[in-house]
Amino acid sequence: MSAAQKPSLRGGGLMRLKGLVRKEFLQIVRDPSSIAIAFVMPIFLLVLFGYGVSLDADHVPVALVAEAPSPDTADFFASLESSHYFAPLHARTLAAAEQALREGRVNAIVHLRANFAEQLRRSDGAPIQVIVNGVDANTARLTQGYIEGAWGNWLARRATSQGQELATPVQLEQRVWFNSELRSRNYLVPGLVAIIMTLIGTLLTALVMAREWERGTLEALLVTPASMSEILLGKIIAYFVLGTGGMLLTVGLAVGLFGVPLRGSFWLLWACASLFLLAALGMGLAISAVARNQFVAGQVAIIGTFLPAFLLSGFIFDIDSMPAVVQGITHLIVARYFVSIVQTLFLAGDVWSVVLPNALALLLMAAVFLGITWRKSRKRLE
Amino acid sequence: MLIRLLALIRKEFLALLKDPRSRMVLIVPPMIQLLVFGYAATFDLKDISYALYNEDRGTASRELVAAFDGAPAFHRVATLHAEGEIAPLVDKRAVLVVLHIGPRFSADLQSRGSAPVQVIVDGRNSNTAMIALNYVRAIVDDFNRAWITAHGLPAPPARLETRAWFNPNLESGWFFIPGIIGMLTLVTTMLVTALTVAREREQGTFDQLLVTPLRPGEILLGKALPGFIIGMVQGTAILLIATLWFKVPLLGSLSALYAGLALFLLSGVGAGLLISSLAVTQQQGLLGAFLFMVPAVILSGFATPIANMPAVVQTITLIDPLRYFLVILRKVFLEGAGFDVLTGQLWPMAVIGLVSLSLASWLFRHRLY
Amino acid sequence: MDDAPILEAVDLARSFASGHQRTQALDGVSFAIRPGVVTGLIGPDGAGKTTLMRLAAGLLVPDTGSIRALGMDSTRESLAVQAALGYMPQRFGLYEDLSVQENLDLYADLQGVPQAARAERYGELMHMTGLGPFTRRLAGRLSGGMKQKLGLACTLVRAPRLLLLDEPTVGVDPVSRRELWAIVDRLVKNEGMSVLLSTAYLDEAERCQAVILLDRGKILDQGPPATISARMAGRTWAVTASGERPRDLQANLTGQPGVVDALVQGDHVRLVTQAAGDPAQLTRLPGLQDVRIKAVPPRFEDGFIDLLRARTGAAAPTHGDSLVDGLQRHPDENDAPVIQVEGLRRRFGDFWAVDGVSFQVRRGEIFGLLGANGAGKSTTFRMLCGLLPASAGTLRVAGLDLRHAASTARGRIGYMSQKFSLYGNLSVAQNLDFFASAYGLAGDARDARRQWALAEFELAPYAEQLSADLSLGYKQRLAMACALMHQPEILFLDEPTSGVDPLARREFWLRINALARAGVTVLVTTHFMEEAEYCDRLAIMAAGRILAMDEPTAIKAGARTPEQPEPSMEDAFIRLVEAAYAAKEAA
Repeated sequence: MSAAQKPSLRGGGLMRLKGLVRKEFLQIVRDPSSIAIAFVMPIFLLVLFGYGVSLDADHVPVALVAEAPSPDTADFFASLESSHYFAPLHARTLAAAEQALREGRVNAIVHLRANFAEQLRRSDGAPIQVIVNGVDANTARLTQGYIEGAWGNWLARRATSQGQELATPVQLEQRVWFNSELRSRNYLVPGLVAIIMTLIGTLLTALVMAREWERGTLEALLVTPASMSEILLGKIIAYFVLGTGGMLLTVGLAVGLFGVPLRGSFWLLWACASLFLLAALGMGLAISAVARNQFVAGQVAIIGTFLPAFLLSGFIFDIDSMPAVVQGITHLIVARYFVSIVQTLFLAGDVWSVVLPNALALLLMAAVFLGITWRKSRKRLE
Repeated sequence: MLIRLLALIRKEFLALLKDPRSRMVLIVPPMIQLLVFGYAATFDLKDISYALYNEDRGTASRELVAAFDGAPAFHRVATLHAEGEIAPLVDKRAVLVVLHIGPRFSADLQSRGSAPVQVIVDGRNSNTAMIALNYVRAIVDDFNRAWITAHGLPAPPARLETRAWFNPNLESGWFFIPGIIGMLTLVTTMLVTALTVAREREQGTFDQLLVTPLRPGEILLGKALPGFIIGMVQGTAILLIATLWFKVPLLGSLSALYAGLALFLLSGVGAGLLISSLAVTQQQGLLGAFLFMVPAVILSGFATPIANMPAVVQTITLIDPLRYFLVILRKVFLEGAGFDVLTGQLWPMAVIGLVSLSLASWLFRHRLY
Repeated sequence: MDDAPILEAVDLARSFASGHQRTQALDGVSFAIRPGVVTGLIGPDGAGKTTLMRLAAGLLVPDTGSIRALGMDSTRESLAVQAALGYMPQRFGLYEDLSVQENLDLYADLQGVPQAARAERYGELMHMTGLGPFTRRLAGRLSGGMKQKLGLACTLVRAPRLLLLDEPTVGVDPVSRRELWAIVDRLVKNEGMSVLLSTAYLDEAERCQAVILLDRGKILDQGPPATISARMAGRTWAVTASGERPRDLQANLTGQPGVVDALVQGDHVRLVTQAAGDPAQLTRLPGLQDVRIKAVPPRFEDGFIDLLRARTGAAAPTHGDSLVDGLQRHPDENDAPVIQVEGLRRRFGDFWAVDGVSFQVRRGEIFGLLGANGAGKSTTFRMLCGLLPASAGTLRVAGLDLRHAASTARGRIGYMSQKFSLYGNLSVAQNLDFFASAYGLAGDARDARRQWALAEFELAPYAEQLSADLSLGYKQRLAMACALMHQPEILFLDEPTSGVDPLARREFWLRINALARAGVTVLVTTHFMEEAEYCDRLAIMAAGRILAMDEPTAIKAGARTPEQPEPSMEDAFIRLVEAAYAAKEAA
């Protein structure tokens, strides 16, 4: 057989790859649900997080109870009423206030006893009873902090008006770096970029290989000169481009619409995001290649992607506060590394000591997942 | 009627549980996830790594430092000797907090009765930063109180006596673990329902079902009940883990909790089947499940309180069944609530469930493809 | 080129694990295929045809033995072999969400066809397949026959020297089938291609220059089809008996000693006997009068059935009363039609899939719907079963519109779809139980029916096997058993024999005949024209309309011309369809 009759196995590689990539794109475009995942969901989630979801409590409903109203009680309450952190609600009796707390109408009670004015002038001072609803411990702590702040202001004001000085031996000067106003949006939005890209990367690819097995299209591809690596590469390239689109969209929205500062270099972010996408795509393809069955692949994707990325990536919950075993488990979550990178790149800048180790971890995970995929999809029908 | 229904339910169970891989997927991960997430989901900082930059040699500063070193949540990882060492440490996230005591701290405290201390916090995670600051403030407040008493300074005329109801130690795990129960239950119902109809449509067995005497309502029940039963069993298992392993107190009425679980499953199964009957392919079913599940979790008030959301978004949350279930879980677990307090949470889930199930059953027959 | 074999297998063996047991798919297969001809790979379901194709294409590795294609070892040089041959799998992997043109482009890219050569090649292919007007249509919207032609076109974007076609004509109507064959013949003649083609249609075997007969992994015979049919000389007959419908005569003859095969052919029964000689003793069968026997020339199919029967050692199955034992014979309340369709129409978008169809079916009648792919058969069928609402017209099944009727009405029908829709991850027994219960059977009644089904359809050995692991023929049996669990009065069968081998088809029709004799009304769609012979009446559909409706003999008689005094059903069908298209063109 002459060599000319055999089409070259290497030379046509680029053409084959182009064909495969185009095929993937056409399939993406024809399926409205992939577009929804890639573009509609990011916008929806970002707007929700950017405008809607916040850990910063404002207008916390607080019940104010003075058993014997007097100028002193009014003076103290005024310090709470004037703060935008509170939505005060006056209650006549402690019982009524407690009822309101139980029903969830208020988060806290500030209770001044009948002898408040009298005790105020004694040397050991007047107790101010504060009851917070501790169910949501975080909000409870915030509320507590706000009340303490109002109390401190009141003390200082009262001391000044009486010509005295309030004794505060150690005065804290706090400096919050990277996010001086402590806006939770500034840290939630970059983290969200990572969550969204996990979903795009993994979800879109979790079924694609399984689908080709189930529909018999893979058999037809396998007998063409295209190699398995080319088939996989075609998928990776197409979804990589799609994921990059989603990434640009989310980063653009984060910076443009929500005013999250991007202090690091955009190109470094791009490079890290690409690594992360590779790892996320690899995970989806690996699920798909191992399951070979859309139903099981879908189930694994539902379980394995969203909640772990949401809870274990450091997006909301601080990884250092988790027990050692759980911290170990977080190392298996791809999003964890990227969350760390984006929070740093957005808010702190190009800190190589954070970026490099995390980027290496991403590279390693991408290699592992793609390796699994490749091993599981050899060019045979066994 | 009953025979047909039982057969259908049996078939659905077989289809779900026969494949060992599916069985694994349904039973093991939720348990593991509860264990892992139960430990992971907390806003309590247990290990704040901090660096000390103390330029003062006085006793006062030593006392203050001792207070920090003695606090269980704080863990000193570095002792600095120059201002320039601060930035690199914070940048690479080696420390969360830097305590900077100036050279005249002890002297000023003795002579003027007051001296500043600088605290630097990494604000990249603003929530963690805020909590860490609160911890710092609490230590400093204690120090101040002790100093005032020891040095006979005038005490403030009023003091706060704070108590926290329902969760006296403000353990955020008590708040999150009931929430995780809700999320995992949602995930399971999606797992069982969101792909089933689409799979039968792809395989052609759905037509076969439609030509039997089974009514759409019966097919719906047959598809809904396995999800419901699996959800119930799994919910019970998770509840046991939450109370026995994590020791979250369960104070309220168990029957109210189960009523809530049942109605939540109803609405979750309804949403799953609606997605499933809308989807033509399993791919669409999966993506639909996510398009429902992700906002449902985020808008449920699981991590970020609904009260903090703007009014428009708060209105959207009204159609999120998880929102109601989370309130029920937390109120029953921690506040000891019963039916009287919870009716306002129960009926919306019933409405969501009934509406979505009716729509799904209508779509069974009327979806053209 | 010389005459060296283009595909050569030596002692090829391959087995698969399914559940706990191993199945020997191929067992010591050796053959050599000559270049420049069409070789047919013929065998019943589960014979190992697809495994052989995949081994040749280098998609599987043999356990022992070797296979060489185009002078290269398929296993070791699989990439080079794949680059040189063309292979069209049974379910060709068309991307249904891509258009015709996009599918072609994809395969042109994958096969490395240079851009410059494409326009010309596409032109040839589109001309050859007649897909030219549809290049922008999504592949998922094509009819079954067009899909197969597109699959073939995609395989041929770069002309391969060896073409492997795995059951290319399954589920394809006669018109498309003829066109596919015309394409294959042209490829062999004009482009010098060698073709290996597997098929379940035995008439197609006679179009091959050579055949390989495969059964249960072993080669039964190989050679030109004529030598195989020649062996049957003197053993084939046409039998008629006055006062006896051919269908009933067939049922009578089947299973008699000395009978290999009995098949309805128009107004007579084609009989194959075990030994040469006059089968006159058959005339002495009880209840038969005035039997006339005429010798006819043997066909390939006779030889094939004979070989299969000799190998399995079993005589032709008898089917009759055991199938209908449990059946409540419905008293002929009146002679009102059981199925009534009047002016039925159905629109999809701006396209009328069914455009004014009317017919009636009487109790106990076998009524066939024949038509090309896309003629509207399946749509009509789905409307009758209540799966799809009609856009206009009325339809009555047992006096009711199933779409709106109470659910109990659906209990009177049985339904079997062309996909043999079963729950693949349930076992055979579980499928049977489920469908029995879905129709309201419980307890002893259900157990009894399950026992009946397992025995009647010879499924007992597989009762605990997953239905997904059954071979196609057994899937079909199971699907039919499921449809019969509740002893329906009316049976809807949508292409019930699609892809099933000739032996299974014969058994299937014997069962259907027995059911009809017991008063069950049967509505069936099919692509197999010879199966139309079993129908009492049939309607031939094209483009959503009925072209002709009559008894099979009358329809064939309508196609009689001087050149073709004895037209087959297929001839008649093609003539009708072509006439309809011609009329449409003219209009």
